[in-house]
Formats: sequence, C-alpha cells, structure tokens
Amino acid sequence: MKIEVLGTGCAKCKTLYEHTVTAVANSGKDAEVVKVEDIPSIMKYGVMSTPALVIDGKVAFSGKVASIIEIMALL
Amino acid sequence: MLKQTADYLTFDLLGLVPGSTSGEALNFFVYDTVKIFLLLTSIIFVVAVIRSSFPPEKTKRMLAHKREYVGNVLAALLGIVTPFCSCSAVPLFIGFVESGVPLGVTFSFLVSSPMVNEVALIMLWGLFGWKIAAIYIGTGLLVAIVAGIVIGKLKMERYVQDYVWQMQVGQADLVIPNFREKLDYAREYTLGLLKKIWPYVVVGIGLGAFIHGYVPADFLARFAGRDNAFAVPVAVALGVPLYSNAAGVIPIVHALMEKGMAMGTVLAFMMAVTALSLPEAVILSNVLKKPLLATFFGIVAVAITIVGYLFNAIL
Repeated sequence: MKIEVLGTGCAKCKTLYEHTVTAVANSGKDAEVVKVEDIPSIMKYGVMSTPALVIDGKVAFSGKVASIIEIMALL
Repeated sequence: MLKQTADYLTFDLLGLVPGSTSGEALNFFVYDTVKIFLLLTSIIFVVAVIRSSFPPEKTKRMLAHKREYVGNVLAALLGIVTPFCSCSAVPLFIGFVESGVPLGVTFSFLVSSPMVNEVALIMLWGLFGWKIAAIYIGTGLLVAIVAGIVIGKLKMERYVQDYVWQMQVGQADLVIPNFREKLDYAREYTLGLLKKIWPYVVVGIGLGAFIHGYVPADFLARFAGRDNAFAVPVAVALGVPLYSNAAGVIPIVHALMEKGMAMGTVLAFMMAVTALSLPEAVILSNVLKKPLLATFFGIVAVAITIVGYLFNAIL
C-alpha cells in the first residue's frame, strides 16, 4: 500500500503526515508513507485544498487534518 | 448576564472600585473576553458546518466559464463559504484558472475569501455591533467584486506564471460528507482555530482594555480623526503586515475608536489586515508574475482606501 500526504509544507500538512505515520504503525499494515510537496504532483490529483491524503493513487480526503483513528479506518 | 459576571468578578471578588481606572480596565477585559469566546466558539462551529458543504472543488465547478460581472459577484459570495487557508492559495489558484474560471473572477474569490472571514466578522459583531459587521461584509464583497472586474478588464493573463497554463490537473472525486462527518469536521475545525487564535484574542482584548482604561478620551482624535486626510492611507499601510493577528487587532482598534479614531479609518484598517498580507504575496508569487501581483495589491489597497474615505464622510 502506498500512502501520499499532499501539502505544500504548512504546519497542518506536517501534522497530517505525523498522524498518518502513527496510524500506519498502529494498524500494523505494510504501507509506505511519503510526503508530496511539489505543486505539479499535487495538482495531478486535482486537489485544491491541502493537506490531502492519497491512498494507492486515490484521493481519500482533502482540506483537513484527519485524526489517527479516522486514518486507520481508511487503511 | 455577562455584565453581571464581569461585575461580580472584578468588583466583588477582587474588590476593585467601580469607576476606578484599574477596575474599569479589568471589568472591560473580563466582559469582552467572555463575550468574544462565546461568540467565537458558537459561530465558528456553525460556519464550519456550512463550509463543509462547499469544498473548493465544488466552488470551482460553479465558477468555471462564468462570464464577468455575474461570475465576479458569485465568486465574492462563494468566497465567504468556501474554506480558504493561505497555504492552499497556490493549488486553489491553479485549480481555478485551469478549469476555465476567468482570471478576474478568480481574483474576486481571492480577495473576498480571506477578507470576509468568520473570525473578523465575529470580532466586529461582538465589539462594534451587527451594523458595523454588516457594513464590513457589504463593502468587503463590493471591494472583491470591483477589484476582480478591474483585473479582468486589464487582460493580465500573460502575467500568470507560464507553468500554470501547462499544468495537468486531475479530476478529484467530489466527496460531500454526511451530517455526522460535517459535525466532526466542524468540531475539529473550531478547536483547531480557537487553539491558534486565542493568545492573539486575549492579548488584543488586554491591550484594548488597557487603552480603554488608561488612554485619555479623544487622544487619537487629533491624529486619526476624520479631519486628518492621511489617516486612511496610513491605516491601510499599517494593516498589510498585521495579517495573522486579525483576531487580536480588532479589540485594539475598537479601543482606538473610542479614543477618537474615525469609523472609516477603522474599517479600512481592518480590511487591509485581513485582505492583504506579506506572506500571501510571497505564496502568490509562485503563480503570479510581479506586475500582476503588484496590480492585485495596488487595486485592493486603493479600493479599501476609498471605502475608508467614504465611510469617514458619511458615518
């Protein structure tokens, strides 16, 4: 599973990244979490409000910092 | 109710004398702090529930290929309900122009979204009353509509960074949350926002209370009264760097108005604080070339200055 955290480097994006890493560790699933900060890659997904979470190439949500529990439900 | 609580705390519990400078300053501080936080918590929550129905992706679809005038008005209105954070300004801008939202319409949105925001409105309503808050919304929308129309007429598309036009923009699925998710979102949003702004609000109200209690009345009338022609432009120039502290600036401005600052100057100052900011300019320079960025700031600053003079003349 590949998880991408989209964000241009703001504080909220960092929080979402941390939540995601913790959620993956808690769930025990084998997933790679990467940060995507360049604009063309973010735009490729059609995301207009950051931070956003992309799981296996599909936008799970955008424009919010989801809680660890919420992210675990998406994995 | 609130007044009694503030009176009880300052005069009965702490034993300060009503009418004394320290007593009045503290009473003012307690009253305003409690009132503002009650308003902030309830209204931000309601606004967040409404906002969760208007993700930017939906706003973009509503504005795509709209003509000028109608598009500008719609964009300014949608700016109120669409959540906007200056850190998302770049993807938002690219998403808009790529999907065929005209440049001028995009700017109407970019002006209105940060300026007509709920925190500024609540602070205005709580401290100045609903009439001033309504005037602020009305003129804020007008500034956004006019600035967007002017930028549209200037045909400045070539001053958008070239890569923007070549960008491949994907189509994200539009997910509208259910009611339960909306409430969750609103709770998170309200808590997050309060956590971010509370120190500014407390410091702002504290400084306001100090001015209220210790600065002589009419102290500012000489410098910032309606007779001083330079007050409005100076207020606008001072407002631009103060962006992130909008929540803290309004209580201070409220106290300054009591000491003789004219209402038009107050409105212009607050619009400059919320609509224009240096960090936003830095972020937008990623998508706008200098002439367009300067035109954008220039037009909005001029429009706000006119608003200031206008209200100094009629209020």
